[in-house]
Amino acid sequence: MASILAVDDSASMRQMVSFTLKGAGYDVVEAVDGVDALNKAKSKKFDCVVTDVNMPNKDGITLIKDLRALPDYKFVPMLMLTTESGTDKKQQGKEAGATGWIVKPFNPDQLLKTIQKVLG
Amino acid sequence: MSIDMAQFHQIFFEESFEGLDIMESGLLNLDMGDVDAETINTIFRAAHSIKGGSGTFGFSSVADFTHAMETLLDEMRDGRRKVSQSAVDVLLGSVDCLREMLSAIQDEKILDEEKVTEHKKALDTELDGTDNAASLPVQPSQAIVLNNGNAGWRIAFSPHTDLLKTGNDPVRMFRELAELGKIDIAVDLQGVPGLYELDPEECHLSWQITVHGDIPRSEIDDIFDWVEEHCDLAVQGIEQTTQASSQAFDEQPQSAAIEATPTASAIPPPITNESHQNEKVNADKTPSVGKSSASIRVDTAKIDTLINMVGELVITQSMLSLIGEHFDLNKLDQLKNGLAQLERHTRELQESVMNIRMLPISFVFSRFPRLVHDLSSKLDKKIELQLIGEHTEVDKTVVELISDPLVHLVRNSLDHGIETPDERISAGKQETGTVTLEAYHRGGNIVIEVSDDGRGLDKDKLRAKALEKGLIQDDAVLSDKQTYELIFMPGFSTAEQLTDVSGRGVGMDVVRRNIQSLGGNIDIVSQLGQGSTMAIYLPLTLAILDGQSVAVGDETYIIPLGSIIESINVTERMINRVAGKGETFRLRQEYLPIIRMHEIFSVPNAKATKLTEGLLVVVEGQGIRCGLFVDDLLTQQQVVVKSLEANYRQVEGISGATILGDGSVALILDIPGLVRLSNH
Repeated sequence: MASILAVDDSASMRQMVSFTLKGAGYDVVEAVDGVDALNKAKSKKFDCVVTDVNMPNKDGITLIKDLRALPDYKFVPMLMLTTESGTDKKQQGKEAGATGWIVKPFNPDQLLKTIQKVLG
Repeated sequence: MSIDMAQFHQIFFEESFEGLDIMESGLLNLDMGDVDAETINTIFRAAHSIKGGSGTFGFSSVADFTHAMETLLDEMRDGRRKVSQSAVDVLLGSVDCLREMLSAIQDEKILDEEKVTEHKKALDTELDGTDNAASLPVQPSQAIVLNNGNAGWRIAFSPHTDLLKTGNDPVRMFRELAELGKIDIAVDLQGVPGLYELDPEECHLSWQITVHGDIPRSEIDDIFDWVEEHCDLAVQGIEQTTQASSQAFDEQPQSAAIEATPTASAIPPPITNESHQNEKVNADKTPSVGKSSASIRVDTAKIDTLINMVGELVITQSMLSLIGEHFDLNKLDQLKNGLAQLERHTRELQESVMNIRMLPISFVFSRFPRLVHDLSSKLDKKIELQLIGEHTEVDKTVVELISDPLVHLVRNSLDHGIETPDERISAGKQETGTVTLEAYHRGGNIVIEVSDDGRGLDKDKLRAKALEKGLIQDDAVLSDKQTYELIFMPGFSTAEQLTDVSGRGVGMDVVRRNIQSLGGNIDIVSQLGQGSTMAIYLPLTLAILDGQSVAVGDETYIIPLGSIIESINVTERMINRVAGKGETFRLRQEYLPIIRMHEIFSVPNAKATKLTEGLLVVVEGQGIRCGLFVDDLLTQQQVVVKSLEANYRQVEGISGATILGDGSVALILDIPGLVRLSNH
């Protein structure tokens, strides 16, 4: 089953994402910020990355940029969790190499649908 | 798949309250002249997380409210808005309001909608009133949909060469299109370079796709939403030729909110109002303590230690059972060693388990910067707060229960202790007063001190007041200490005027009672004109106690070690019987009352009934000393306190019970209660 890296500094969101995806049978690894995520991504190749944007230490956009620079993550789908007011964030995210985004607030069904969309 | 979102609520509340604390301390630390970008960023992130979480978990009122805060903070963060004191005050008020909203939701209580609206208005005023309409996202083209029952869409899709590097895959998009209706796809290979120039990581294909069926344009747009900047896309309705380019709408000016300028005239809510609300929040909070203590966060390092300990214990156990298997007397030494090891590991394990309940006192201290900030501006005083020893760890119960008494003491220091700037200058002091909160370990106690460099307690005034209130007699001779302790008497208040800062109907007597109910006491040291220090002494933990076991007849009682001063054998010469006042004995220059344990607890078979036959344990409770008459001293040991109330009922003079090594129950004496009991 596909493995997913879920990155969010908020424990409740992280749990929600992780619980939802695990419930659908995915392998989920959680990371608390961009730095943590980058380390975890280097130790194991994930099939998809779902990341929050606003995080301490390393934000989601920088994380995506850094991941895209790794040979293993050139084509891996990376989704960012963003709020509706984040139009400029979407733009920055795209420039950094994000595949797409999930607009907050979202419910578990929307999350699953989007993940299924990129994981085929 | 349906998922019960309620399971994430608890953690959402916990982290939101943490976030609010972060916002609060961040806002208080903001220096108007030199704003630290990282601080603003931290505050913003906290607001952002709360907003995201509340939206996701279905608390839309919270999400709406936080949205306004977030917008304000976002503008500050981007430098579009100057950080002004008025904005900070509005944000602080909003933090309080939000905290109240979250508590109300958590406790399923009714929310004061009016107050929320008021704060929301203050936020909107700060945002210059343009927030609501303008900061709504510009919806992509789906606002105008031109399909009225058409037969499908013809899509020309030519990705840019870098499309694959965004992790998007055209095949996935075609698959999605196929879900909408029957599709025909024609691929255009013209762009593909020769084999030598071909870079397999680039996309050189383009497609003509026809989707059949009555499909809303928005669904097509959704599929290409993520890639619209990495491709040339033309979508045409099959029946009609009207083309709605998705790009056109995105180029509209983003939002007018960006233009919003800060105005000096933005009015923060009156401060009196705000701090009344604070008080209400505090009052509301108290009953919910029980509920919020449902879970505890533990440092993983502590858990690791615990697991290590258990590992050691298992090893010792297997070693002992090995010795037991083929035991002969030659192995006695080994057995003794093993048992000693077992004892050590058990004690260590116990300590680590107790450690889990320990929280840094900063959980309590963290609310004070805000309190001092609000009150000092309200009282027109300049006050600096010093926090020392924030990492001192105390029992979780203490953390929960010490907060209110501390608030009261700090309010008193601010209101009565620290003088106005003018008074201070004329007294030759620095204009800014200092209030210090300090916590440290001493012996088996935690000491928390609240000290100020204010005017100090005036003994003459205290005495006069006590006389006026009829609390003492004219001829009473009081030591300094006893004079200071007058303020702990019910009905005593020295402030010439009751202010709404410290005179809240709760007296120092309640403060002292609360502290005593935690098994602690409070001490005052004061120097007129120099300031006062209130020191609270609390036991390290409420669950384990160092005790001295004593024998009375067939019973064993535990006396808290901290309250024992000494144990003596009395001679007939020292004993003094006073009519109506019972027995006393002379200890050096003092006469102390004697409490005969076997009488007060009606214990039969006491071995010693004559005072000279047994022992007098001199104990002190609430500043009063007395001698407890017992048969004999047994051992000193740590005992685990079990609540008597929970298992039986409250008994005067007894604070709890414990189970001894032989399985019997021993009662733990409540020394202050016992002293009171013997006075009747």
